[in-house]
Amino acid sequence: MRGRHASRDARRAEEFRVFVAGAAGRLLHTATLLTAEAPGDNPRARRLLTLALAHTYACWDGLRGEDGEDPYDRARRYLAVRFAHEARGRRGALGRARPRPRGPLARLTARERLILVLRLYEGVAEEQTAALLGLTGEHVRTVCDRAVATVLHPPRGPAPAARRETAARAASS
Amino acid sequence: MRCRPAAARRRGAVPVNRAEREAAVRRIMRESSPRVPPELYADALRRGRRMLGRRVAARRLLWLLLCAAALAFTVWAVNARPWERPPSETTPPLPGW
Repeated sequence: MRGRHASRDARRAEEFRVFVAGAAGRLLHTATLLTAEAPGDNPRARRLLTLALAHTYACWDGLRGEDGEDPYDRARRYLAVRFAHEARGRRGALGRARPRPRGPLARLTARERLILVLRLYEGVAEEQTAALLGLTGEHVRTVCDRAVATVLHPPRGPAPAARRETAARAASS
Repeated sequence: MRCRPAAARRRGAVPVNRAEREAAVRRIMRESSPRVPPELYADALRRGRRMLGRRVAARRLLWLLLCAAALAFTVWAVNARPWERPPSETTPPLPGW
């Protein structure tokens, strides 16, 4: 009994290692785009990814077999839902110091980033994105188009982050 | 950040149709890829094991509770025999004697 248990544990760990080796790079890129952190300094994205991978490991046995969900899809879904949840929690806490967004999507809101990344970087279908976030397909398309426009034609003036920085510099000098 | 408007200029003025605009955004998103920290796998495995352990423990506890409840019910039923009619405590009246 114990031996079988241990061998199943070892097999699961090995399969999980292979999965992480293949998927972690792309998932970390996705997470870093979501949190709008710089690629070299992305503690929040790493934390999100660690949680998503741990969750995937915990349901690994249910993901195997014919009708099991793809582990990558499961991890990505958990990442997206967790990010959406945390973003909702953060909106109210403006007074708290939060890291300055610096990634290429820094001008977008959390929801715009989430939709843009899922739709265009991950290539999730519009209906699936809508179902995942509890929105209508129409809404997803609108937000995605707006986000694309913002990324391609940034509004005049420096990014909000840069503006804050300039203000801080002006105040300190 | 600074390279974005420059890159947009390089690509030409305004990508008009939807597919081009989306392709341009995809390119921007792919530009710089973060490096995966080596301790990520170990961290995820440790947390995942803990999560799984908690789930297994919770499931076991629920099964245990279920078994205990079933056992308690059986013992009570065998002793109390609720399916039997209780012995009559009053004598029915016998009219016509």
